[in-house]
Amino acid sequence: MTDADARDERRPAGELEAAVMAALWAAGAPLTPGLVQTELGSGLARTTVATILTRLHEKGVVSRERQGRGYAYFPVQDAPGLTARRMHSELDRDADRETVLARFVAQLSPGDEQYLRRLLEGDER
Amino acid sequence: MTALLLVPLLVPFLAPPLARRAADRLAPATALWVLTASALALAGACVAALGALILTGLLTLPAFAALGELVHPLRTPADHVVLPAATAATGVLTLSAWTLVRSALRQTRAFRTARTQAGRRPAAGDLCVIDSPHPDAYALPGRPHRIVVTTGMLRSLGPAEREALFAHERAHNRSGHHYFLAAAELAAHGHPALRATRDAIRLAAERAADEAAAEVVGDRRLTATAIARAALAGQASPTTRPAFAPAATTGPVPRRVAALLEPSRGRSRATRRTASLLVACTVLSVAAGTAGVADFHHRVEIAQGEESP
Repeated sequence: MTDADARDERRPAGELEAAVMAALWAAGAPLTPGLVQTELGSGLARTTVATILTRLHEKGVVSRERQGRGYAYFPVQDAPGLTARRMHSELDRDADRETVLARFVAQLSPGDEQYLRRLLEGDER
Repeated sequence: MTALLLVPLLVPFLAPPLARRAADRLAPATALWVLTASALALAGACVAALGALILTGLLTLPAFAALGELVHPLRTPADHVVLPAATAATGVLTLSAWTLVRSALRQTRAFRTARTQAGRRPAAGDLCVIDSPHPDAYALPGRPHRIVVTTGMLRSLGPAEREALFAHERAHNRSGHHYFLAAAELAAHGHPALRATRDAIRLAAERAADEAAAEVVGDRRLTATAIARAALAGQASPTTRPAFAPAATTGPVPRRVAALLEPSRGRSRATRRTASLLVACTVLSVAAGTAGVADFHHRVEIAQGEESP
């Protein structure tokens, strides 16, 4: 086990749950514990991932379906996009909403965009 | 001595360029403290000076002089400017109070909605996912802290980049950055020039969270690409740039990315000078404001017959 692996196993349960949940949402299709582990690409043991998925299932945040001998998990959706619509309609009304909610990224100018694209292209080369 | 009251009204105009340079050069967490404290002090001095000007004007009116139990007329430097100055100050202060109240109400409402919606869904750890193709992510302070991320954002990032994003948002929550942002907002309503300072404070908060995220994931470049990818995902489509569009990268996102990619710059003498200048401006403003208000108080006491000139 490398240092990074040890770090992953020691992380707080909440952070691991968040990482697993994010992987399920990003995938957009049901994932088995093994696939979640691959998707995360981190040093988590498959059994740890399976435990987290079971816990999320007990909380009612994810659903599961039979797949082969095990289960494949997927996030529970609310009434389609209801939360999203409510939140966007309320938040988007305020041009200055960044002031209470620190958003990850701000709007870009065309120059900004070009600079960032160059950076990412250079990164993938 | 009433001229002293003009100092807190004028000095804040010097603050934005200094604040921007301080935000660029100081360590982000330090910059956040220095900028926020100076913005609050400058705004406070400005509001106090406006208040003293208004009271001076009011006390030259007989009705208010009687109310203030003045037995002598209030000595003012130039009677013909006192009333116009007081009227202007009243207008400015009323406008500031109005925009402040409106902004506070709006933001409280937006914050409540966000909390209610986040609270309605069972959370996976501290993560609240919103099913929306529009990429967005923010830290939601309160108990318990939450990270709100849309599926659009989750899908534009790789697993490691998602961890950088989460670490960034957790840093906002852990360090209570929303208090700094609220203070910056408050100060921005105290003096128009402090709006630019508010942007510098916002950038310092993002930079501080970026540095914390880079520390957690142990990779500055990864953190930088996560920010770049998230920002680009937020753009509706690649813009077809007209040839004359400026290619200068002045927005906050490229500055954050560049700061993560550059090797950390040493704390030079220029850094110290910028920070000291900002602190000096703030001290000057507060001192002049205090002296002006004290002088005003002294003149009121004289007019009340409680002190001899």
